[in-house]
Amino acid sequence: MALTGIQIFKLLPKTNCGECGVPTCLAFAMNLAAAKAELASCPYISAESKAQLSEASAPPIRPVAIGTGDNVVKIGGETVLFRHEKTFVNKPGLAVMISDAMTDDEVNGRIKRFKELRYDWIGLVLRPEMIAVKNESGDAGRYETLVKKVMDETDAALILMSDSAEALKAALQVSAQRVPLIYAAAEGNAEAMAGLAKEYKCPLAAKADNMDSLAALTDKISAAGVKDIVLDSGARTVRRVFEDQVFVRRAALVQKNRSLGFPTIAFPCEMTKDPMKETLIAATLIAKYAGIIVLSDFQGESLFPLLVSRLNIYTDPQRPMMMQQGIYPVGNPTEDSPVLITTNFALTYFIVSGEIEASRVPSWLLVMDTEGLSVLTAWAAGKFVGDAIGQFVKKSGITEKVKHRKIVIPGFVAAVSGDLEEELGSEWEVKIGPREAAHLAPFLKQGL
Amino acid sequence: MTFAIPKTAYTGKIKEVVLGRGPKAITVGGETSYPFHLFEGEMPHTPRIAIEVYDTPPDDWAEASLEPYRDVVGDPVAWAKKAAGVYGADMIALQLVSTDPNGLNTPSDQATETAKKVAAAVDIPVIVNGSGSPEKDAELLRKVAEACDGMNLVVGPVVVENYKQIGAGAIAYKHTLAANSPIDINLAKQLNILLGNLGVPDGQIVVDPTTGGLGYGIEYTYSVMERDRMAALTQQDERLQFPIICDLGKEIWKTKEAKAEDSPLMGNAAKRGVLMEAVTAQLLLLAGADVLIMRHPEAIRLVREMIADLMA
Ligand code: SF4
Repeated sequence: MALTGIQIFKLLPKTNCGECGVPTCLAFAMNLAAAKAELASCPYISAESKAQLSEASAPPIRPVAIGTGDNVVKIGGETVLFRHEKTFVNKPGLAVMISDAMTDDEVNGRIKRFKELRYDWIGLVLRPEMIAVKNESGDAGRYETLVKKVMDETDAALILMSDSAEALKAALQVSAQRVPLIYAAAEGNAEAMAGLAKEYKCPLAAKADNMDSLAALTDKISAAGVKDIVLDSGARTVRRVFEDQVFVRRAALVQKNRSLGFPTIAFPCEMTKDPMKETLIAATLIAKYAGIIVLSDFQGESLFPLLVSRLNIYTDPQRPMMMQQGIYPVGNPTEDSPVLITTNFALTYFIVSGEIEASRVPSWLLVMDTEGLSVLTAWAAGKFVGDAIGQFVKKSGITEKVKHRKIVIPGFVAAVSGDLEEELGSEWEVKIGPREAAHLAPFLKQGL
Repeated sequence: MTFAIPKTAYTGKIKEVVLGRGPKAITVGGETSYPFHLFEGEMPHTPRIAIEVYDTPPDDWAEASLEPYRDVVGDPVAWAKKAAGVYGADMIALQLVSTDPNGLNTPSDQATETAKKVAAAVDIPVIVNGSGSPEKDAELLRKVAEACDGMNLVVGPVVVENYKQIGAGAIAYKHTLAANSPIDINLAKQLNILLGNLGVPDGQIVVDPTTGGLGYGIEYTYSVMERDRMAALTQQDERLQFPIICDLGKEIWKTKEAKAEDSPLMGNAAKRGVLMEAVTAQLLLLAGADVLIMRHPEAIRLVREMIADLMA
């Protein structure tokens, strides 16, 4: 929770020495409160004040990183309850559960799918990031071997799940450099688990039976010196898991409750035996606040909708999703196929290309950079007008793809056709398309 | 330290709207909290699911979504009976797509006959949707309203270009309007104000925010709905306190991802389509949907189970 300038001033040396770059401690305090200065600029502040200040300025939900390298999973750090209030920032990690009690086939299938299920989607690669490795065999050696195998064969950010500190220690010896999440400290073993987390410098999950005992447990773990904590309230029914996610998020953001100011982990894999329903539980947790979601398996039919849900919910509402400017073939267009133009707002592109596809008339779609504005907005802003469109069409290279010189513009910008014809020159013919993308199919089917 | 549930102070309530008539009439709305936040408010009426029925046989449906209806696609009445009797629809959503002037352009009188027959064939509430052409819908939905006098249909989409004509029909013949705006909270509110000024009673309005499918703009619909509920419940924005209806089935099943065949990457085609529809429905429920218009019986089963679990 942010301190006021006056509260910060009370913690400063009050000598007005000026070394921080401003003449007085009070001025420095005001700058700190406004996030216009760094605490480190004052060389004289006491260690005690420093601790208090950094504690007070810490984010309400602690960001926690699991894994390393390109596949590091950052969770937490959220600042709002609703995405429209600002944006959600750190997408929940999607994990598949692999147990040392599974057969080799079950294990290998999951590892294979973890590696292969990746989707190209508007210039992004959508993929799962995490594998939860569970110790159910009771055999520490067997567990360590499985952890090692998963490490060797994948870049997954790991969750090490066991009740046994001994098995976890064995696994950590081979995997600590990958910074796995240790799951989990509970009431009976908090000291031992916190000891492991400190020794191997790994984040630690805290698992309790309800919100009260969860807060008490994280206090105990924090006091033992572990800072990176992930919360499991223990709920395994849909309603209670949903409510606990809301409680934790609100406790951190609204009540400024430091004991619950951490990301969460949830287990749809332990809540149903139906993989279809498990997918819906996971979707619920994507929208409502989970930090890590552990699934029993990854299959294309369920992982794909979840990855897209996650992308959609975590898209910054203040920044439109944009396509690269360029020529997009839809179907398998030839040198005689129609040429259409639209703007680079991703949604516009999706809808237009979807309707062209549905028409089964292969076409060339020119996508022009309008800084992510839709057709009407871009036109109103003067970015999607005759001369600008004309210049883009000329340098797009479309004349090397088609023999004809006809171009279809969206019906909403019919007014620009004159300017566009002028810019393009007399060999071109500008056709006015329908106003709504939904009417593209009959338009294209009737021929140009 | 005991944990105190951090509760939201609500000041508003969603209006209750009755759909249909007779013993199978349905009440929607009435919420006094965010969706499924039952620890701090009430959701007196479970969200309801309408099954789509088309007035003309679809020619481009994904195999999986066609399969349950293959024997009835040529007959809207048989289709509606199957949706109600076999698949347990709470409501029927008759999609009069063939009236589209850019498509088959079926005359309004003929489509009105279809609507009348379908509405008479089932005892559950019926939603009648035009093609989305504002001019044609103005004529069509006025005729449907008159032909189905007193049946309390939901007719839509009612847009700012045609609310007067359709609204007058709804007042005269007692139907509910699905007020449709293009994913914009201010335009949604504006249309509700206009309908009120026209004399449409509050109990005859539901809001259709325009539904984007998964991967095709669902985040816009989701956030407009969350903003709508926030304004309605915590900022006393009386003109947004209406139940919300989402027409999602058609948005999902027309995508190439729902139509793609089995593959190692995209998995089983039928399950994928069902999950894309059910996941979309689930997200819309969490954002505040009161009525979902859906297609696949299996997606509907899954969503019903989730609703029951969230309210358990
Ligand atoms: S450097 Fe520190 S002590 Fe000196 S004026 Fe700045 S805040 Fe005060």
